[in-house]
Amino acid sequence: MSAEIKLAKKKKRSQNIAFGLFTLTSYAIVALLFVILAFIVIKGIGVISWEFISEMPKNGMTEGGIFPAIVGTLCLVLVSMVFAFPVGVLAAIYMNEYVKDGILKKIIKQMTNNLAGVPSIVFGLFGMSLFVNKMGFGDSILAGGLTLGLLVLPIVIRTTEESLKAVDDTFRQASLGLGASKWETTSKVVFPIAFPNVITGLILSIGRVSGETAPILFTVAAYFLPKLPTSIFDQAMALPYHLYVISTSGTNIEASRAMAYGTALVLIIIVLISNLLANALRKYYGKKVKMN
Amino acid sequence: MLKIESKNVNFNYGDFQALHDISISMKENTVTALIGPSGCGKSTYLRLLNRMNDLIDNTHMNGTILIDGQDIYDKNTNVDSLRKNVGMVFQKPNPFPKTIFENVAYGLRVNGVTDKKEIEERVITSIEQVALWDEVKDKLKKSAFELSGGQQQRLCIARALAIQPSILLMDEPTSALDPISTSKVEELIYELKNKYTIVIVTHNMQQAGRVSDNTAFFYMGKLIEYDKTKTIFTKPTIKQTEDYITGRFG
Repeated sequence: MSAEIKLAKKKKRSQNIAFGLFTLTSYAIVALLFVILAFIVIKGIGVISWEFISEMPKNGMTEGGIFPAIVGTLCLVLVSMVFAFPVGVLAAIYMNEYVKDGILKKIIKQMTNNLAGVPSIVFGLFGMSLFVNKMGFGDSILAGGLTLGLLVLPIVIRTTEESLKAVDDTFRQASLGLGASKWETTSKVVFPIAFPNVITGLILSIGRVSGETAPILFTVAAYFLPKLPTSIFDQAMALPYHLYVISTSGTNIEASRAMAYGTALVLIIIVLISNLLANALRKYYGKKVKMN
Repeated sequence: MLKIESKNVNFNYGDFQALHDISISMKENTVTALIGPSGCGKSTYLRLLNRMNDLIDNTHMNGTILIDGQDIYDKNTNVDSLRKNVGMVFQKPNPFPKTIFENVAYGLRVNGVTDKKEIEERVITSIEQVALWDEVKDKLKKSAFELSGGQQQRLCIARALAIQPSILLMDEPTSALDPISTSKVEELIYELKNKYTIVIVTHNMQQAGRVSDNTAFFYMGKLIEYDKTKTIFTKPTIKQTEDYITGRFG
């Protein structure tokens, strides 16, 4: 009897230790996130004002606002998504629904993974040589957006593929069993079921695109350009690059320190809003899929 | 009249031969039960009849399967129209995440029916055919997921019937259902026999006995015995069949 109790105690102890460890790490992660956020908020909230988000930078970027950088970042997000989303989704559909298991599929998969591992500065260099020079777009929102699009393509492909894989095969069989073609099955049954999860890919890529600096360095970003872009062939300022500039090579780094934190805060808020928006979208479509 | 005729059918998943030399014929408007232990090839055989196995990579079939005298594995066979003619009901109820109405209408739409009135009529007829109309008539615009498992399975049968197939394949259609839902589906099979040729895979001996005219016993990829259900269950000629039916293995 006592041996049994001893064993039970031992089991309980090891369980408590394991659970304690899990709890601790998860709290630690959350805490760390809050510390970073709090740091940025405390340092940056002081400069946030209507003037800050709606005006051009002034006095060698030590005063005024960051409006053109906000607009530039939004434009880059838009262009990159318009490119990466359809291309990535179609590629994932092709890979998951059409290609048979075999060498070709393995190669494409491996390439996609490799693409995800390429450093972003290399994408920048590639974007410069292809879009800026070879295709003659010049330093422009188009060139920068396409470069960022290439960068997030693997994310879009992978999340879309995972969402398609999660769709139970019996849905495909039921549809094909009714005489539907593969395309009808994919577009009318499989993709609508996967769509709410596909949006996750969109969320992740928007976050990534708005924060990346290296790929826009040689393809679009302007050091100081106190006017709004009028077309996708214009250069533009962007939040992450602006942040980099005023923290390292501005005219008066000390004077623009507060603005740097303000810029970081705005960047984080933009990512946060886009996440919330995409989440709402996902919930909405998740419901709709069940209703239609 | 012979509806389905298989001659010397062999089927491989990669190197594994799942079916050996299966020859079996089924008459029009009969119910044939395929029985046998798990992995015996009965579901594989069923899925050859609407070429569902085509979806699996790295498989190989040889032999001949005729439906209404036509070789369904001929190069010129249109697989989509074959599947329109050979409906299928799956093991787990799998309605689409659409409304009850759209679930049944889907097959019509993908087969080119566009007339709203016709779609509506055929949806209603099919739902009535599976005795589900009274239960769902007030919630056709609701999600099919709101139905119970048994209702969902009858909806899936209605979905298959809407496009007016002549053959209905059922892959353990009641294995996920409770006894009451099961008996409803069985009654339905009995009624549908008048209009359709039905092939049903089942693990449930009593079910095979209740619903089928003929029974085929599969074991390790071979067709061991095929005869009238009564004969198979009362005086099977082969010892293996008898052992399986009396529950000595499987």
